[in-house]
Amino acid sequence: MFGYALRRLILAIPLLIGITFVSFLVIHLAPGEPVENQAGETSTQSDAKLRERLREIYGLDKPLYVQYWNWVSRLARLDFGRSFSPDARPVLQKIGERLPITLLLNIVELTIIVTLAIPIGVLSATRQYSTFDKITTVFVFVGFATPDFWLALMLMILFGVQLGWLPISGLRSPTWEYLAFWKQQWDFVAHLALPILVATFGGLAGFSRYMRQSMLEVVRQDYIQSARAKGLPESVVIGKHALRNALLPIVTVLGLSLPGLIGGSVIVESIFAIPGMGQLMVQAVFERDYPVIMGNLVIVATLTLVANLIADLTYSLVDPRIRVAARRGRR
Amino acid sequence: MSRGDRLRLPGLLLLLALAGCGGEADSVVEVTAGQGTGKPAYGDTYIEALQGNISGLIPNVLSDGPSFEVASLIYNGLVKYDKDLNIVGELAESWQYSRDCLDLTFKLRRNARWHDGQPFTAADVVFTYETMVNPKTPTAYGGDYKAVESVTAVDAYTVHVRYKHPNAKALQSWSIWMLPKHLLETAAREGKLREAPQNRTNPVGTGPYLFKEWKSGEKVVLVANPNYFAGRPYISRVVYRIIPSSATTFLELKAKGVDGAKLTALQFKRQTEYPAFRKAYAKYQYAANVYVYLGMNLRDPRFADRRVRQAFAHAINKRELIEGVRLGLAREATGPYKPGTWQYNPNVHLYPYDPAKARALLASAGWTETNADGILLKNGQPFKFDILSAQGSDEGRKVAEIIQASLKDIGVQAEIRVIEWAALLKEYIKKRNFEAVILAWGITPDPDQYDIWHSSKTSPDELNRISYANPEADDLLEKGRSTCVEADRKKYYDRLQEVLAEDQPIVFLYFRDGLPVVASRVRGIQPAPIGINYNFNEWFVPLNLHRYTAG
Repeated sequence: MFGYALRRLILAIPLLIGITFVSFLVIHLAPGEPVENQAGETSTQSDAKLRERLREIYGLDKPLYVQYWNWVSRLARLDFGRSFSPDARPVLQKIGERLPITLLLNIVELTIIVTLAIPIGVLSATRQYSTFDKITTVFVFVGFATPDFWLALMLMILFGVQLGWLPISGLRSPTWEYLAFWKQQWDFVAHLALPILVATFGGLAGFSRYMRQSMLEVVRQDYIQSARAKGLPESVVIGKHALRNALLPIVTVLGLSLPGLIGGSVIVESIFAIPGMGQLMVQAVFERDYPVIMGNLVIVATLTLVANLIADLTYSLVDPRIRVAARRGRR
Repeated sequence: MSRGDRLRLPGLLLLLALAGCGGEADSVVEVTAGQGTGKPAYGDTYIEALQGNISGLIPNVLSDGPSFEVASLIYNGLVKYDKDLNIVGELAESWQYSRDCLDLTFKLRRNARWHDGQPFTAADVVFTYETMVNPKTPTAYGGDYKAVESVTAVDAYTVHVRYKHPNAKALQSWSIWMLPKHLLETAAREGKLREAPQNRTNPVGTGPYLFKEWKSGEKVVLVANPNYFAGRPYISRVVYRIIPSSATTFLELKAKGVDGAKLTALQFKRQTEYPAFRKAYAKYQYAANVYVYLGMNLRDPRFADRRVRQAFAHAINKRELIEGVRLGLAREATGPYKPGTWQYNPNVHLYPYDPAKARALLASAGWTETNADGILLKNGQPFKFDILSAQGSDEGRKVAEIIQASLKDIGVQAEIRVIEWAALLKEYIKKRNFEAVILAWGITPDPDQYDIWHSSKTSPDELNRISYANPEADDLLEKGRSTCVEADRKKYYDRLQEVLAEDQPIVFLYFRDGLPVVASRVRGIQPAPIGINYNFNEWFVPLNLHRYTAG
């Protein structure tokens, strides 16, 4: 098991380098360059000079392979470089200040989604074609079909403008510093309520559907039949024998959503004015801020590889068959 | 230059971005809601919506609109534009030109202090100048000081500037934000102003507001400077909230989450006319410093013929265009200067909507026959071309569509291609690889537009993108920028406008209106040709209307 993990980790290194190389190339192929925005379209002479100066500062005057080499060798020392944006701050600092809020939002979302999706999926699978199943099916399709931004605006109008119960956007009230401690916490939670609701709605639809499908397949298996034949109560048949098996594909999906935890939702963050990773990345792309884009990509790529590995490893924990097969294979 | 030119970049990018520009420097202003009165009082918080994150806090090395808006409350220049767009002293008490326009002497005010308590002196002016012309400084505004021969501190409160040749924009270039020598000297010498902590956490200026905090992507908070040389500002705290979506900004306005924002034409005209909104907010409308145009590549032989351009000008119904695209919230452009400014010349050749005349002009240019589809032919070639427009700009696309329809009426077939802004700029405009394009120019309060119209300014990175060349225009542009006597300049620019109107190097379409709203509890706003923000430090909220007691 340990050897297997180690082998996978070593294999991941060339893969990661390949990913960064292709990304680096693609980003530089996009027209426009970081100096464009900053030189602005003002007076011309100084502009040409400023452009050259900025190219020099950023090393953009060198051939692409040299730029890539410089970037990779810095990365090997875990130096992600400085942003090309005029604030010239270290990339890790910029990502670091945006990451917590995105992580918080995504973890809360995922927790809510999983806690709700699993029972919904199980119930609608075990009661296939019941009223409950039909209602959730409708709910699921509505969830899939509703654009995030539309739902967000509708909720903002309802809860923010009409009823005035919740703040519309942002993270904190302008008077936050002057509130008492508990009011500050409440203020923060109130600000997050709508974004979480919107993000959860779409995700819940997908997840509960996976769960339902997975459960439907499992309950048709022979071993469920035999469990029932043994005279086990239905709750044990479903809750123990069926559920554990049905959860397997969900583990994969969960594992794959791990890298998504740090990539914020661009739409939700823009609409709700939440300064998270999604906004940072979009701004970086518009400004052609290569170090920030690449820094973000490296982190996401690494997490994806790690998540895949973890998903594979947890398989063997959850599913005895894989464990057994692996042991036999080694012999 | 700063105050004027800083509008240029946002102006240019405006076709890309949705909402309005800085909101300064404008001509006709109408108040569309009553301004109540009340006694000035200190206190309260003013919350303004910004569309984008600021990129730093030392504006001299930045180039984006939101950063300039925040910086304008933290920093001062030696001079500034007053509400009627005249240059007046700010950190300079007075100044004097020599007769030959080569020597400029500033007397500085003695009561100005940096936010850290140090006095502002002539040494800071010399330092700021040296920083701006230091080749290591990543600033886009160094070119303003090319004509300067020397800047010297005569004594602590007198600065003498010597010019190599007379320069019309000399005075306005001293509206550049002054930087504190005692804090930034080392960073500036090394070309590291962007990395300096003052660009991130503690900027020090001389302006009416002190910096409090900047939460990246979330908000910027300023507090009143009790020692401001022009007196403590009334509003104690200013919060800039960064809200990227204009739909969200609008809902925040409705829910009174923000006090000031810029509206889109649709919001201004159709969605804010109900009584509750009119009661809570005052709406302002003025011609902004941005005009939208149809540019044609004059290297293309078809567009090199002036009659073709004139025909297009006659074929486009500008009034209908303004109605369709801006719901009427714009003013027809007759040239590159805004109506109502001193440089504007109303007596130029006009091009009223007249398709018959347009057809006649095209016929005289040799476009006489038509093919089966009704498209004009010349030497067997149909008159077909592409109009490019920037992606993400609804406005640009709509303008292109209306022009497309108008041109079809006179037998010209235009196809619209929408292209991402960076690609449009790099692959098409800079390479002069386009036939026609919908763009906007942001203009400055100063009439010098040498960079845009002079025939020497056509290399890829330069701004004469349409490759316009007219010896008379060249001559007028050169003369207009090389005297400091306004009456002479007026003469040259009047004639320049006649030449441009006659030539129609681009089809001037319209000046867009700036559409800000401000919470009606805020008083002291005096709309003027420059806009509404110029006297922000005099805005106040009467005591009984204070909304935010804290702070």
